[in-house]
Amino acid sequence: MINRRTTLRWLAAAPVASGLAAAVGLAAEPAVREIRISAKKFEFTPSSVTARVGEPVMLLLSSEDRIHGFKMPDFNLRTDIVPGVVTAVQLTPDRAGSFSYFCDIFCGDGHEDMGGTMLVEG
Amino acid sequence: MQTGYDRREFLRLGGIAGVAFASGLFPAAGGAQAQGSDFHFVQFSDTHWGYTGPANPDAAHTLEKAVETVNGLAAQPDFIVFTGDLTHTTDDPKERRARLKRFKEIVSALRVKDVRFMPGEHDASLDRGEAYKEFFGAPNYTFDHKGVHFIALDNVSDPAARVGDEQLAWLAADLKQRKPEDRIVVMTHRPLFDLYPSWDWATADGAKVMELLMPYRNVVVFYGHIHQEHHHVTGHIAHHAAQSLVFPLPAPGSQPRRAPLPFDAATPYRGLGTRDVAVGVASSYALKELPVAKA
Ligand SMILES: [Cu+2]
Repeated sequence: MINRRTTLRWLAAAPVASGLAAAVGLAAEPAVREIRISAKKFEFTPSSVTARVGEPVMLLLSSEDRIHGFKMPDFNLRTDIVPGVVTAVQLTPDRAGSFSYFCDIFCGDGHEDMGGTMLVEG
Repeated sequence: MQTGYDRREFLRLGGIAGVAFASGLFPAAGGAQAQGSDFHFVQFSDTHWGYTGPANPDAAHTLEKAVETVNGLAAQPDFIVFTGDLTHTTDDPKERRARLKRFKEIVSALRVKDVRFMPGEHDASLDRGEAYKEFFGAPNYTFDHKGVHFIALDNVSDPAARVGDEQLAWLAADLKQRKPEDRIVVMTHRPLFDLYPSWDWATADGAKVMELLMPYRNVVVFYGHIHQEHHHVTGHIAHHAAQSLVFPLPAPGSQPRRAPLPFDAATPYRGLGTRDVAVGVASSYALKELPVAKA
């Protein structure tokens, strides 16, 4: 279940969500599975997540230190991750496979290693 | 050589566009100038001064060796360009300036004194180019040489790898003064096309740059960032990536992660080098990769 405080934080994330990354309002369906990913120099935690084809997931992205980026080119997803807010990104994978996500805002010596993998099962 | 296209296809496209590309036209030793070329320049890229790590135990001296190699060319180039990542990044603004200063001292030993610089994300992304500009001035500019118009584009001062609307307007205004058949060489750090998005080998708004360049029939792009020789064509516009002087990176998508290729003591400078570009008559560009000489 989505509690009210989380929902409000999603709304707070709206100004920083961009492109296909969508901020979710009060009408969000509770059935969506949440995947929390935390960013800090120079890693995502977790660096490996799983999803299923056709199953909607809600990525809840946060940062522990500075602004980072979150990009998944295979699903045309990208957003900034700003400290202090949770950025919600909705995704329903339409195909199985292993898809990378990575930071696309240069954040220092180690930026190139800042990535992870989403395993989508058929 | 990694190629993003079939060679015959490239030559066909080149023929239509009036841009021919040739590799290895030069004699192996001696002069680096092809017959019939108007002039030549040398491209350095990704020197990453200040890097320390297992991928290049000789990183403190590789740049000096490359400078010596280029100084030893029988035919000295008209000018030299550095397409970014002059220094390896650091969080410390003082250390960044110390690295830029040392880099500048080392390359001041080049015999050729007409040297043009560009930033990479390692130089400029953490402070939006502030330190870089103190040493090397504007990160984007144009100049003309023997009838060829050169454009240096900055796709790294914005940490999100955007050229940005302001610079796009600047580029559009500059291009407006060109005729469709003018010879234009674009120099930049990151690929302006989606080379391998899963490794972030792209420029966020690179497609907008390519759209502006498309009406010009005689455009070629030289860039760095990916630490390897690579050739690609967008429509009629060729893109040539240069080797680095720090460590080679894997071919796009050839391994799960874009980690540096491991150092091999038996071939210490494998995959590192600079490049001589002979700008020929009839709109051709002859590229010769120049390995780092052995100590
Ligand atoms: Cu980051």
